[in-house]
Amino acid sequence: MLYREAGDFKTSYVADSQTFPIRFDRYGYYFLLGFAFLVMPLVINDYWANAIVVPFLIYTIAALGLNILIGYCGQLSLGTGAFMAVGAYGCYKLMTAFPELNIIIVIVFAGFITASVGVLFGLPSLRIKGFYLAVATLAAQFFLIWLFTRTAWFYNYSPTGMISAPTREVFGFPVTGPRASAVSMYMICLCFLVVCAWLARNLTRGSLGRQWMAIRDMDIAAEIIGVNPLMAKLTAFAVSSFFIGIAGALLFAVYLGAAEAGEAFGIDKSFLVLFMVIIGGLGSIFGAFAGAFFLIVGPVLLKLLLVNGLGWPTDLAAHLEIMIIGALILVFLILEPHGIAALWRTIKEKLRLWPFPY
Amino acid sequence: MLDTQAASGQDGYITPDGRKIGGVAMEMRNITLRFGGVVAIKDISFDIRWGEIRAIIGPNGAGKSSMLNVISGFYHPQEGEVIYKGYRRPKMRPYQVARMGIARTFQNIALFEGMSVLDNIMTGRLHHMQANLFQQALWWGKASREEDENRAQVEKIIDFLEIQHIRKTPVARLPYGLKKRVELARALAAEPSILLLDEPMAGMNVEEKEDMCRFILDVNDEFGTTTVLIEHDMGVVMDLSDRVVVMDYGKKIGDGTPDEVRNDEEVIKAYLGVAHE
Repeated sequence: MLYREAGDFKTSYVADSQTFPIRFDRYGYYFLLGFAFLVMPLVINDYWANAIVVPFLIYTIAALGLNILIGYCGQLSLGTGAFMAVGAYGCYKLMTAFPELNIIIVIVFAGFITASVGVLFGLPSLRIKGFYLAVATLAAQFFLIWLFTRTAWFYNYSPTGMISAPTREVFGFPVTGPRASAVSMYMICLCFLVVCAWLARNLTRGSLGRQWMAIRDMDIAAEIIGVNPLMAKLTAFAVSSFFIGIAGALLFAVYLGAAEAGEAFGIDKSFLVLFMVIIGGLGSIFGAFAGAFFLIVGPVLLKLLLVNGLGWPTDLAAHLEIMIIGALILVFLILEPHGIAALWRTIKEKLRLWPFPY
Repeated sequence: MLDTQAASGQDGYITPDGRKIGGVAMEMRNITLRFGGVVAIKDISFDIRWGEIRAIIGPNGAGKSSMLNVISGFYHPQEGEVIYKGYRRPKMRPYQVARMGIARTFQNIALFEGMSVLDNIMTGRLHHMQANLFQQALWWGKASREEDENRAQVEKIIDFLEIQHIRKTPVARLPYGLKKRVELARALAAEPSILLLDEPMAGMNVEEKEDMCRFILDVNDEFGTTTVLIEHDMGVVMDLSDRVVVMDYGKKIGDGTPDEVRNDEEVIKAYLGVAHE
């Protein structure tokens, strides 16, 4: 009976169109934010940060970005890995060229660089649709990775061909490089995620978000009621790539510390983020969180359960883990093709009427 | 009884029910549209006046929908020109035409199925929202202000078309009749100068048709919206419209008031059919 909207009347359009219209949701969200900012920094340790929390935060940003492109604008892309690489290499070049520049600004600029590259590779979307567009973005994936591994300028002619992040500080705390602590890594990723999620929510609730969804649902009708398809698709590519670029920059600078394009940002990364978006739920901000949680945290929890809980040997657990995650993905998609977000929505709708559903 | 001579004058005319019809809003001049060898529209001219309800009728495949597609910029005629608000309209993309104040509904509903009714109608108000990408991303200044102002306008249309109860419902869940009404709402939300309706009553039952007729008349009455209508239900067309264009095989075979058209020999032969005794 806690969860209900009866009696919760809205008296203005502002109140009616807010993000969490139901009071219980709103308090839950404040609680989560408080927990993430105040409690987590106190309890987080290196293992939890490296194995679960930091990759979860970073991939959620990437999933948010891809969700805008696929889930909101309906443009299929398989170039996520390459766009993350653009963010990473952009970040690296800026870090080494301007050592004084604050790392936060560097990462945001890496996002802008990726946005412009995204627009460039989004141009084919004006002519081709669906799977054909996916193939065109696949070309972006291979071309960009090839470019980054073959052009020595991008990795500053380092003999290993790797890029490695020098130490940079925010408020005196090193967030990149070998001296970065778990807490500072966690905090910078969390801040970026919260801001990105807020931006994504704003963009998708307003006029631009509706234009994207109109293009997704019926592009001809969208054009006839006045959506400029060129602008709508290219802004979707730009915004999506911006988020993906930030995720790539964070992944390289904060999480990995050193990276090589082909290895860290290969096609498997594209698919990983794509699966997150599909499993989490297309066209939903919450879906990005849910999908990243499922694919990043799920395997680790499963491993903890099998190895530490049931005492199975590690190699057996590792294989079983892949099989179980694969099976779970199938089960999920059969039960709820629209992803975890849709499942969550159904639960909430049921909960609203509970315990008197008539 | 209306005199056609008066209708072709410059200053408009007064309808039998007392509405004042203005000057020419849009004029189609010698439009010819071909798809390869097929001639969909052959040398058709007619005009649309401010404030009138103009119907286009004709058998299936006569080129009515093609005509509407020419008006909304979806097809570009090989010959002829469209004069809008006194100027020859250059070749335009559909979204540019929409920005000039022409809104339309579709024969087979073209709503955005994944969005709620409210979002669908809000999409119609696109041109009334100017906030740029960054303002929207930060929900700053213009972005949030515009959203609320336009929401207020949309709510007026929702009230007007009596769809308050389904405001937040995803369009995919609605029955057919309501979808048609939401589509009208989306077109109206743009506050168009000319509203194009492609078979607004197709597939509706009697009650829904009556509702829709009432809405079309009310829209014309209250907002003075010029309406171009394609419809097969002759009762509806004859009751609603001020003037009717009749097409057959891409040619214009009749143009005039409902009464004139109804008694025209050629129109009866081609479309209305002869009453068998």
